Amino acid sequence: MNVRLESLSFGYPGGAQALRQVSLEVASGSWLALVGENGAGKTTLAKVICGLLRPDTGRVWVGDWNAQEHSAAQLARRITYVFQNPDDQLFQRTVQAEVSFGPRNLGLPPSEIEERLIQTLEVLQLEGLRSRHPYDLTPTQRKFVALAAADAMRAPLMILDEPTTGLDGPALRLLDGYLARKRQEGRTLIAISHDMDFVAEQFERVVVMAEGKVLADAPAAQVFGAADLLAASHLEAPQLVRLAERLRWPTRPLTVEAFVADLATRRMAEARR
Amino acid sequence: MIELDGVTFTYAGEATPALQQLDLRIGAGELWAVLGPTGAGKSTLCSLLAGFIPHFYRGSLRGKVRVAGIDVPGSSLGEMSEHVGSVFQNPFNQVTGARYTVREEIGFGLENLGVPRPAMLERIERSLALTGLSELAERSPYALSGGQQQRLAIASILALRPKLMILDEPTSQLDPAGTGQVFTLLRDLVSAGETTVVVAEQRLEWVARAADRCLVLQSGTKAAEGTPSDVLSSPEAEGWGLCQSRFSRAARAAVAQGVTPLGRQLPHTLDQAVEYFR
Repeated sequence: MNVRLESLSFGYPGGAQALRQVSLEVASGSWLALVGENGAGKTTLAKVICGLLRPDTGRVWVGDWNAQEHSAAQLARRITYVFQNPDDQLFQRTVQAEVSFGPRNLGLPPSEIEERLIQTLEVLQLEGLRSRHPYDLTPTQRKFVALAAADAMRAPLMILDEPTTGLDGPALRLLDGYLARKRQEGRTLIAISHDMDFVAEQFERVVVMAEGKVLADAPAAQVFGAADLLAASHLEAPQLVRLAERLRWPTRPLTVEAFVADLATRRMAEARR
Repeated sequence: MIELDGVTFTYAGEATPALQQLDLRIGAGELWAVLGPTGAGKSTLCSLLAGFIPHFYRGSLRGKVRVAGIDVPGSSLGEMSEHVGSVFQNPFNQVTGARYTVREEIGFGLENLGVPRPAMLERIERSLALTGLSELAERSPYALSGGQQQRLAIASILALRPKLMILDEPTSQLDPAGTGQVFTLLRDLVSAGETTVVVAEQRLEWVARAADRCLVLQSGTKAAEGTPSDVLSSPEAEGWGLCQSRFSRAARAAVAQGVTPLGRQLPHTLDQAVEYFR
């Protein structure tokens, strides 16, 4: 699902100007990370894209739809937004009801709803929690239930707000596996994240926001190699990039695999000398 | 500062205990990190040390719990709150809703303690400055972003000058710069002898940089205790479900591929990693 944002501006009533002339294009099937310090406008932008907030000026195109002409409920067929805090999103009495709520509202036949429910719960390892109340679950489980509820919509574009927050080691591996599947399925994905290690590993394109504006829009390697840009936007480079810098390597590895490959190359060159 | 002996706690309506036979000694002026996967008992321990267990959450509590010289079960939340300040995992739950501005919100606890006005104003300004909120002092607490609310929660507790601060994943909503500021602040407060800190945290890089000691919980029991280096480098660490830093993951991968020799202590901070891969 292609998304085009044309000079969006938005100000909260009585509050700060949250977005200033933001333009972006996200090609169908591509992945993009939105980064920037707290209050930079990332979450506001996500809410404008999915129609929860209406821009003061500018346009949002979701595929061939002008978002202005569609309700948030209609837009939900094309975009799902997973909130940063699952408690903002969960409201049903069981995990099963929560996850099938969206598909039911799409008017799907019961067999299709059940099929989506089973598949989504399986992928996110929630089968055993089907009849539990979301509020009896741990914060991590609630986060995955919120993700499952969004996933069951099967919308071509997903927006994830801080997907790694609060997750422990096994939960992060589960998320990685889930994302790998979404990549295979060709889903378009936008993630908001403060977790630069996660961003470096998962996203080829990074958009840096500051004070409601797009400060940079470039491949991850370029953004994380630009010390001035990171300092100006109060961001810290991923751990392995910082390590490569300190080791005075010319490369800026974004993943553990890339780091070890660079290390192996250097060790071999040293051995030959 | 903290003495737990044989503590077992089971939430009302649950069959399995959330904490089991836990013994723990934490001295005054130390910064402790509590580690463990979701459901290991980190939040339960935080609730116990702050007195929410047994004074708010119901259940069965056995064993000895002394915090800041107070026998917790025999005390009250009011008495506990004079000595112990706690910051919840979800900052959205912590704003009182009773005050209109960030400055007033920070003053709320002080008013309740009856702190005289000049001292109160001084403490509020210091808390604002330490948490980087001075410029937002006149905003409504509800007009803050998640990260700003989290800093407000910390500022409100700081102003109370507690002997012990309990923080349950205090940086979950913060950007990397904000996370660094919080840990640097906690480290500075402890080093200056102003307080003792117990913090449940997932980000091991910061734990390794800032904590004096770590406690690892697994299914409500103590799996390990010691300095961050010793605990995080333990051969068992991989089975504890912690979020490993990319430094230690890279070191493990390099060893597995034969690029780096076996048997050296795994790095958890940038400095350790520079030394390791030099």
